[in-house]
Amino acid sequence: MAGWTKHTGTAVLLARDNIDTDQLIPARFMSVPRSEGYGEYLLYDVRRDATGQPERDFPLNRVKGVSVLVAGQNFGSGSSREAAVYALVDAGIRAVIAPGFGDIFAGNAVNNGLLPAQVTPDDWQALRNALSDAPRDLSIDLATLCIQGGDNTIPFQLSENWRTKLIHGWDDIDLTLHHADDIARHRRALHERQPWVFPAPDA
Amino acid sequence: MSAPQTLLDRLWSSHEILQRDDGTSLLWVDRHLVHEGSHHAFAKLAARKAHVAEPSLTFAVVDHYAPTRRGRDVAPDIAGMMKTLEDNARAHDLTLYDLDHPAQGIVHVVGPEQGLTLPGLLINCGDSHTSTHGAFGALAFGIGATEVAHVLSTQTVWQRKPDAMRITVDGTLGPGVSAKDIALNWIARLGTSGAQGHAIEYAGSAVRGLSMEGRMTLCNLSIEGGARFGMVAPDAVTLDYIKGRPFAPKGPDWDRAVQLWDGLTSDTAAGFHKDVYFDAAEIAPTVTWGTSPEQAAPVTANLPNDLTQTTTEALEYMGLSPGAPIAGTPVDQVFIGSCTNGRIEDLRAAAAVLSGRRARVPGIVSPGSALVKMQAEQEGLDQIFSNAGLEWVASGCSMCVGMNGDLVAAGKRCASSTNRNFRGRQGRGARTHLMSPAMVAAAAVTGAISDVRPLLEGRAV
Ligand code: SF4
Repeated sequence: MAGWTKHTGTAVLLARDNIDTDQLIPARFMSVPRSEGYGEYLLYDVRRDATGQPERDFPLNRVKGVSVLVAGQNFGSGSSREAAVYALVDAGIRAVIAPGFGDIFAGNAVNNGLLPAQVTPDDWQALRNALSDAPRDLSIDLATLCIQGGDNTIPFQLSENWRTKLIHGWDDIDLTLHHADDIARHRRALHERQPWVFPAPDA
Repeated sequence: MSAPQTLLDRLWSSHEILQRDDGTSLLWVDRHLVHEGSHHAFAKLAARKAHVAEPSLTFAVVDHYAPTRRGRDVAPDIAGMMKTLEDNARAHDLTLYDLDHPAQGIVHVVGPEQGLTLPGLLINCGDSHTSTHGAFGALAFGIGATEVAHVLSTQTVWQRKPDAMRITVDGTLGPGVSAKDIALNWIARLGTSGAQGHAIEYAGSAVRGLSMEGRMTLCNLSIEGGARFGMVAPDAVTLDYIKGRPFAPKGPDWDRAVQLWDGLTSDTAAGFHKDVYFDAAEIAPTVTWGTSPEQAAPVTANLPNDLTQTTTEALEYMGLSPGAPIAGTPVDQVFIGSCTNGRIEDLRAAAAVLSGRRARVPGIVSPGSALVKMQAEQEGLDQIFSNAGLEWVASGCSMCVGMNGDLVAAGKRCASSTNRNFRGRQGRGARTHLMSPAMVAAAAVTGAISDVRPLLEGRAV
């Protein structure tokens, strides 16, 4: 995965709270292999009417080339399905800005190069006002942890380890394998102290 | 003297291999549970040509796509999902609970039943309701596919230590009030972000008074209040449940284990980042009325009148009018099951209401595992459900998530013992009301959302 530090792109407003993982990608699409792409499933049922036709007014249907979403409180709450992140990433989204995120979603996002940028409720209101009429370009800088749109600069929160991961696009498995000796030591001690952790089931 | 510790501190430090400068810990994983949804992670492993680091600590369970009407034809994509898991389990030499296994069931029911879930362990699964296993005093949390691939390859997980939070529930629950009501009640009061960034330890006499089934329900729903972890310190109830289960320690190991587990508590002087208190006597049977678990209220309440954009949209989706009483809302169907409320005690609670009565609406009862199914049949509960007109089916996630095709049709209202009332969770346009199994049974019998308490009068429960 490629790392990144700066991104400028078209942002749209999705002024709804609790956009959960079931809305981000309905369960029925989750058997698809990733190689086929998840972009078209993003918010599938939310973006379409009962007959399956795209709702013309829905921001993501109206505007092309969106790469930043400004969404309401508790974005990505719910399940651990990483497919919710795949749907966003495959649809071209690089950052979601919200007052709060589901924990597991935010971790999954960072593991796929997608930024979960947490802003204060006040700053969120300002962004909302700025985007309420039309989409506009926003610039996001991981180095300064700031979002810029026109003359406004808004800070966002991101833990230090997530920032580093996004910037470097690190793969955790490679990093962890450097600690193989520590892991093996832990395992040996555990085996000695708590042998039942390594179970032998009833015959 | 060392500083007072919380249960979280103890569990964390015993699994921490190292800590990075940025505060993230590398933790050892004692049990890794995988299911059909883990196919992305196995694909990542294959792409790296890596193998599973600890096959004997990794357990595969068919549940999310499990057909609940066994023996009938299964759609090819669903069959494919189960086959992919089975192939991966065989390729990596994992213990597999497939449809033919006598102990198959929902992953969070199977783990505890098999004695895989033990106090003091760290348990991961690519499923957010992994918090269920915390009921045993384990550190258990759901992870995404990238992390699943990481655990498969290294048997470790990177994680930042959450803050400790305590929810104390003292007193005695009223008749017809259960762990589900405690959970929906605290989530309604604190909100879906109420425990964000925290690991919850449940304490107090009402929690101690719960069976393991009840404690699992409580810990299961922690994630709906924003917490990734829910825990209860182990006690005699925990030991009783574990003893003799297939993977539980035996002989001298058992004695050593019990000695260690005895120490898995929070010190009296330990500080919690958040500490909240509820009185069990004040908790009524609770139901959700909206599209988020925090949109819940006592069954005796009215729908909100003071509307925000969020509540307006929720009521609209649910087809409900502001200010109307919740009780009396007609339902189209019912569902009893899931990792939240598909255990034997849940089925008994529903049967206590349904016994000798007929359901006015159709519904499904899906036990959480094949063992729960067998036990229920030995107790004659299946007869009670069938005589009431409900369908008694095989175990799996079923209508909790609808991946196996058990769906609620658009616009239909379902009283459900599950955990998520999200838009479209049970099917596109489906309207879900979460409640306890007893309350679902009450909805079945009356055809509407109803207070279960009058229906229990004069009955042994
Ligand atoms: S029953 Fe529902 S919540 Fe539980 S594991 Fe299955 S899909 Fe997830």
